[in-house]
Parts: sequence; structure tokens; C-alpha cells
Amino acid sequence: MTFLSPILMVGMVVLIVYLTKINDNQSKVIGVLNDSDYFSTDFQSTESTSFLKFKDIDVEAAKDSIMGMGYYGLLYIPEGDNLEIVANKAVFYSKDAPGSTLLDNLENVFEDRLRLQRLQDLGVSVSDFERIDHHFEMTTSTFSGERNLKGINEIKAFIGGAFGYLIMMFIIIYGGFVMRSVIEEKTSRIIEVIISSVKPFQLMLGKIIGTSLAGVTQFVIWIVSGVLLFGLVIMIFDIDPSAFNAGTENTPGLVGGAAYMAASDSAIQLYANELFKIPWIMLICFFMVYFVLGYLIYSSIYAAIGAAVDNETDTQQFIFPIILPLMLAIYVGFFSVFNNPHGPIAVGFSLFPLTSPIVMLMRLPGGIGEGGVPYWELTVSILLLIITFMGIVWLAAKIYRVGILMYGKKPSYRDLIKWLKY
Amino acid sequence: MNNILVADKVSKQFGSHIALNQVSLEIPKNSIYGLLGPNGAGKTTLIRIINQITYPDKGMIFFEGKPLEAKHIAMIGYLPEERGLYKSMKVGEQALYLAQLKGLSKADAKMRLKYWFERLDIGDWWNKKIQELSKGMAQKIQFIVTVLHEPKLLIFDEPFSGFDPINANIIKDEILQLREKGTSIIFSTHRMESVEELCEYIALIHKSEKLLDGKLSEIKRAYKNNIYKVGLGVQGANGLLEDLKEKFKILSSEYVDHGLQLNFTVQLPSADTGAFLSHLSGKANVNNFTETIPSANDIFIRTVQTNSIYE
Repeated sequence: MTFLSPILMVGMVVLIVYLTKINDNQSKVIGVLNDSDYFSTDFQSTESTSFLKFKDIDVEAAKDSIMGMGYYGLLYIPEGDNLEIVANKAVFYSKDAPGSTLLDNLENVFEDRLRLQRLQDLGVSVSDFERIDHHFEMTTSTFSGERNLKGINEIKAFIGGAFGYLIMMFIIIYGGFVMRSVIEEKTSRIIEVIISSVKPFQLMLGKIIGTSLAGVTQFVIWIVSGVLLFGLVIMIFDIDPSAFNAGTENTPGLVGGAAYMAASDSAIQLYANELFKIPWIMLICFFMVYFVLGYLIYSSIYAAIGAAVDNETDTQQFIFPIILPLMLAIYVGFFSVFNNPHGPIAVGFSLFPLTSPIVMLMRLPGGIGEGGVPYWELTVSILLLIITFMGIVWLAAKIYRVGILMYGKKPSYRDLIKWLKY
Repeated sequence: MNNILVADKVSKQFGSHIALNQVSLEIPKNSIYGLLGPNGAGKTTLIRIINQITYPDKGMIFFEGKPLEAKHIAMIGYLPEERGLYKSMKVGEQALYLAQLKGLSKADAKMRLKYWFERLDIGDWWNKKIQELSKGMAQKIQFIVTVLHEPKLLIFDEPFSGFDPINANIIKDEILQLREKGTSIIFSTHRMESVEELCEYIALIHKSEKLLDGKLSEIKRAYKNNIYKVGLGVQGANGLLEDLKEKFKILSSEYVDHGLQLNFTVQLPSADTGAFLSHLSGKANVNNFTETIPSANDIFIRTVQTNSIYE
């Protein structure tokens, strides 16, 4: 699995890109029965939607033929005295409820036409309107004059989030591994043989450190082979990296268009520059630091749980409180850190040791020091992690020491607290 | 200094449960020392304290006269009652690992393992997984792993459980051999027949307290209470039994051999048998006269019962 996982992951990305392309290529055919005097030129076939125009038949016949041909749907625009009436009477028929993108596109056509009509009623000409209807984007900048990009915080937080998510997954997977190995030693009754040779504390710590190193090794293999594979895939399939964020803005509007596309092209360039500016090496280093520390804390708890129970089914009630802070970190991270990476909630959660490995990593792509995470916060959060680790290991070792020699009874939380005093 | 291990007023408490209460023991070098007691008496707790798995709340353990410390772990071999091995690991691999945990070098461990595997005739198990072996086979591996590092003190907790009688005998012989070579052995069990066979010294632990300890032969002597089995040659019931019942404490009696032999057990007031025998002389032929020595089992049951009454 160690070597296979990166291949699987890259394979999945390739598959998703491929499927998205197929999905885009398969265009929908929509019949248009237009009995009115309007919209005669508005429904132009695009890559994703082609319009089939009907003439001089009644609605039922049109519906039948659309259904017979297996097409997506029929847009019926009835006769009417003016645009408002026509628009309000228009109906879209389809077998299933229509997709929201398609419906939006159709609605946009009506909206645009209605807007123009109303403006004309108010005495505004089309050329005037085009001058008015101009897409505007606020230029944002840092105090030092560097251009800020909208959404770059989200992108950065997303990258951090991916790292944070990886940490959570690894804590759960490898923590569970530690737990199962403790349970195995307990149920196979080898535990007493072993702890007559090594101290329970040594055994527990050895197990935790061993698996944490296995985790780090796994990461290194993933990162190295992942980078290599992505490079290979991009070369072989010639995938345009910008394809990942394109595709959402292609609404068939009446106006806007080319200029906007050009603007977004240069924006992509800027975003790419910004992404290259993310201190990746630093990020990966801190990722390792937070992974190891966070993992040490959580896996000591997992070890204690494994020692407390006789079999895996009894672990549920103890596992939930562990997963909780992890989930909280992920959700708080996604909802709060994305909006404001240096807000009070983000800072709080990136200091609190049970959530900091995840939340701090979401903030780190913004850099350290000025404009990023202040040095003191980073230092304090790592120090807190280390202190917490020592405290938790001390407590976990006490539970572990007692638990591994206890058989039969499923312990309650009260029992665990009692064990701390033995 | 003739004791390998001395426990001095060792106490251990788990929450409100007292597991050991001021237990003191002296385990002589080169002996087999039986640690007896019913289930839950505190034997396992005491053994775990000796193995430094848990620590006493009060009291001290001395190993060869020095307070017990971490380095002594390598000088002790322990076969726990609750024992097992990694099920999916290969026999040889696992034995090597466990031996190295006890401080043996890999080469040394391998050499000794080969020797023991030959000795117990299990050489071809090296590459098998534990889960492919029967319980008794796994126990043999466990025994080897326990004694492999040639500890000065061996602790066996119910060593014969899981063995068939033939293999139990093989293991018993091995234990005796180890004693010959100078190893001291603590032997925890509630199977009394093996105590009679093996142990020179015993200690009886019941309800967290040590009730008695010492040399088994001396304890037996102390526990014999002048009970004798007597067989008399008689000519049918002739009033002799009634006469004896008046003068002595007859515990049980019966006529056998068509009334030609009277067997009975009698408890004499002292170890002096002269008065009783001279009382018999002339009245009947004394065919046999034996003192009953209590078995370890009798002593065990008697001590535990008397101490339970005073609860």
C-alpha cells in the first residue's frame, strides 16, 4: 500500500479530469418551440447545449417528438403581446427536473432580454447599456504595494486544509493501528511476557514512536513519488493545469465575454505566481513537525484506549471523544480559517493543542512573520503541543500500565480515573 | 547470604482492594519454592512485583541482598499464568525477538534456541506460525523463551496448565534439571500434587496475607497431629473397640477380613506412643501402626478453612 497509494491518488485525479471532460463533451439537446416574436436569435448552440428549433407545430407534437428522440427537454415560448407576457408564459418541459446549470443558463437568456427591454422602455439604448453594464473588480493591495488577489486566502487555506486533512486521516489510521496492536498483545496474552522484559512505558512509547516514524516514511514516499507521478502525468496527458478551475464561468451571456476571459487569464497567471510563492519547503517541514507532535498526543490516547478494553468493539465509546476535536478542527478550519486566517477563532484553535496540528497548518500557507502567522503564535503552539504531549503520555501510560493486565470487565470512565491513582 | 530473594513486608493496594498485606518471604538459593494459595489470594500481584511489572506501595524486595532494580530483570525469567505469543509471527523470529528483549545478542540467542529446540525435539517448528501450533506446542515455545537467558531466578505461574501428562513430565524434568544447575525457582500453583513432588519450601498466601511459610517437611511435621492408623488382628467383635473408645480418641473404625481385622485411626494426646501401644499389648496383635503425615493438600485446605472461619 505504501507505494500503491500515490499511484492510486494520481490515478483518481486523472480519472476525475477525464470524466469531467467526457461530461462536458456530452451535450444536451433541447428543443425550442418559439411561437413569439422574440428570442429568435438568442438560443445559439454551445459546446454543452445544442438547441433544436421547431416551427409551426403545436406543443403536444413537439413534446412527443422530443420524447421520441430521447432529447433532454423542450422550451416552449408561446405567443404574446409583449415580452413580459411571453416570458412569464414560457415553460420548460423535461423528463426529469432540469439541471440547475442549464436552468440558470436559460433563465439568464430571459433575464438579459427582459433587462434590455425594460431599459429600452426607460429610454436607455443598447450601446448605453453596454457602457453601464461593466464588470468591476476591486483592486486590492497590501500596504507595501503588492497586489493582493481575491480568493487567494481561500486557496492558501485550502492547501493548508489539505495538509490538515492528511494529518487527521493519519492520526485516525495510525492511531487505530497503535490501538489494535495493543489490543492484539492483550488478547493474545503475550503482554505479560513482554512487560516482564521491558517497562510498560517503554513498550507503549516504542510502539507510538515506531508507528510515527512509519507514518513519516509513508509521507516522504507519498510526497516524492506523488510529485514525480504528477509531473509524469502532466507530461504524458498534456493536461493544462488551469483546467482545474475553469468551467464554472462560461455562462452564455449576451455581454461581457472576451474581455472578461482575457482578464481571468492574466489572473490565473497571478494566482499561479502566488501559489509558487507559498513557502512549500517550510510548509512541508512544519507539516512534519505538527504531524509528529499531533500524532504522538493522539496515539498515546489510542494506546491507552487499546489497553483499557479487551476487544475492538468496546472501543467505540472512547474513540468518539478523540475524533471530536479532530472533526472540530477540520470544520472550524474550513469555515473560519478560510474567511479569516488570522481571526481570533483561527488563532485560538491553532494554539489549542488538540486542534492546532490541523488548524495551524491551514494558516501556514500564508507564510510566517509579517502578513502571516506571527512567530510567537507558532512558538507557543508548538510549545503547548510538546507540553501537552508530555502530560498526555504520562496519563496514558498510567492507564496503559493498569489496563494491559486487566481482563474481562469493560471499564467505564470512572474506572479509568481510578486507574490513574493506582 | 543464602537467599536469592527476600520480600520485606510488601503491601499493595488497588483502590479499596488490598492485594497484599505485609507479606514477607525468604526464598533460598537453589531451591524450588512453592507459592500456594487459592485464586485471587495475591500470588500474581506478588509475582508481578518481583518482576517489576507493578511496584509495592510499602515494603521492599531484595534480590541477592540488594534492593530490586531494573538491571535485575535480565536475571529473572517469568512464565506468566496468562501467557501467549504473537499469533501471526513465526516461531523462530518471535523467540529471537523475546530473547533479545532479555538482553541476549542475536547470535547467542540463536545458538541457545537451536539447543533447546533440539532438546525438546521441536527443531522443525522454526518457520511455523504460532497459530498453526496446538496449545501445548505453543507452551513449549513459551517455556524455552522463559529459560533461554539462563536467569538466576525462574518464576513459573501454573507451568503445567495446557500440557498433556507426557509433556508435563518433560517440563517437570527440565525444571528439576534447571534446579540442579543452580537456578532458584518460584513455583506458583494451586495443584498440590506437583507441590509435593517438586517443592522444598512453600509459602501459603490467602486473602492477601501470608499464612505460613517454611520448609515443606518442617511444616508437615508441625501440622501432623498425632493421628495414627492402626490395624489389629482380632477374633470378631469382643469389646476391645468399646474399651479403646472409652480411653482414646478414635476417629473412625471398621472391621475387615470377616471380622478378623480391626482398622481404626486414633488421635493421641501427644507424640508419645508408648502408653497406647502398651495398652494394646496382650489384647490384640498389632498388624500395622502408621503415623499419618498430612499432605500439602491437607495443610492447604486446613489452613485456608481455619482462617476463613475467623472472618
